[in-house]
Amino acid sequence: MKANERYIRQMILPGFGTKAQEKLRVAKVLIVGMGGLGCPALQYLVGAGVAEIGIMDADRISMSNLHRQLLFTENEIGEYKVTIAAAKMILLDPELSINLYPFALTNQNALEIFCSYDVIIDGTDNFTAKYIINDACVLLQKPFVYGAVSRYEGQVTVFNTPVTTGRSLNYRDLFPLPPSPGEIQSCEETGVLGALPGIIGAMQAAEAIKLITGIGNTLYGRLYNYDLLHASSYEIKLSQHPQNVLIDRNTFEAMDYAFTCDDEDDIPEVNVAEFHKLVQHPNVFVLDVRERHEYPKIDFSDAQIPMSELQTSMSDIPEKEICIICHQGIRSIYAAQLIKARRKLPVYSLKGGLTAYFNQQST
Amino acid sequence: MVTILFFGSLTDTTAVNELMMDAIADTEQLQVLLHEKFPALQSAKYFIALNQQMIQEKTVLQNGDTVALMPPFSGG
Repeated sequence: MKANERYIRQMILPGFGTKAQEKLRVAKVLIVGMGGLGCPALQYLVGAGVAEIGIMDADRISMSNLHRQLLFTENEIGEYKVTIAAAKMILLDPELSINLYPFALTNQNALEIFCSYDVIIDGTDNFTAKYIINDACVLLQKPFVYGAVSRYEGQVTVFNTPVTTGRSLNYRDLFPLPPSPGEIQSCEETGVLGALPGIIGAMQAAEAIKLITGIGNTLYGRLYNYDLLHASSYEIKLSQHPQNVLIDRNTFEAMDYAFTCDDEDDIPEVNVAEFHKLVQHPNVFVLDVRERHEYPKIDFSDAQIPMSELQTSMSDIPEKEICIICHQGIRSIYAAQLIKARRKLPVYSLKGGLTAYFNQQST
Repeated sequence: MVTILFFGSLTDTTAVNELMMDAIADTEQLQVLLHEKFPALQSAKYFIALNQQMIQEKTVLQNGDTVALMPPFSGG
């Protein structure tokens, strides 16, 4: 009875009714990223009556989040986003079942987490997460609602819904390969007007509701682009990309997804000069994360734990400040994130890796 | 006349959202011309849509066509 009263205003909509409401009541949705997109998506999905929701984000609330992540308030700065978001959603609906994942999405944890959900919402702000979400959803055949913003524009679509013939469209049909390290400027550290992710996140919730209930038509097959500055929208019909090769589970788990600059996780990068100073400190431990077959061998690292073994060898790392090095300075950022996720101590990455190091030596 | 639309971070390079160009045979020639006009576009990642339909191959352009260049978006 209480449920009927709570949802009456959407249940009386033509084509919605108790049937759609019942589908929401048994639906499970995972939102990856509790930022500008994830916050409004979460609020509307909880409001609509989605029974079980998972929220995933490694970050804590900071002052610069508050202008667009309106679930959070100034007195909550420093708290985990997922903890605060969950507490507020329980106030909205005490019967809500909410699962918290206060850590970053990786290709090691994605499949296990995703498999418990019907729909995944991409509320992330980096290419690493976007490609992991895409590939995990393709492997598990889960639909996902993509959303992203850039400058004054935002976009939404739905990927990987079941199709009767052929294969379903996914993000790799737009961009089969992630940006290369040289294209690192593609990371969005640029400004954003809070209302924009608000609009896009709310649209993502609407798409998820349509996916679950079956009402109307989703954006599957169409990339919806919204331009806030000119109050206009532009839609592009999507098609399969011939170079989009489906990957298997083993490839997925072995793949290096650390191809993005790391905006949010904030791993300090040190240049070669700073590196030389840093290693003077006795409390700094230099960790080489290159694989064992990689050259040249170096004599200034304290240990070598290849990236492929890092997760299982975490206990071999001493309780010191860690400076990580690799060939190009990309894997080292990823390694630093993994370590930082488990340690409170400062972790640095050598910018440009050993390539930069030896270039500097020779000049 | 062909209308070219630039989205997202590409406008950092082009400084405009929209451009009109004349006498262009196909999408490949259009890309060559755009890369000459905006050299930074050469290293940018984007896909092309012709009249709101994503295309993968060189396609002939006609008067009145609209070509959109769409880069990846990653902000959240």
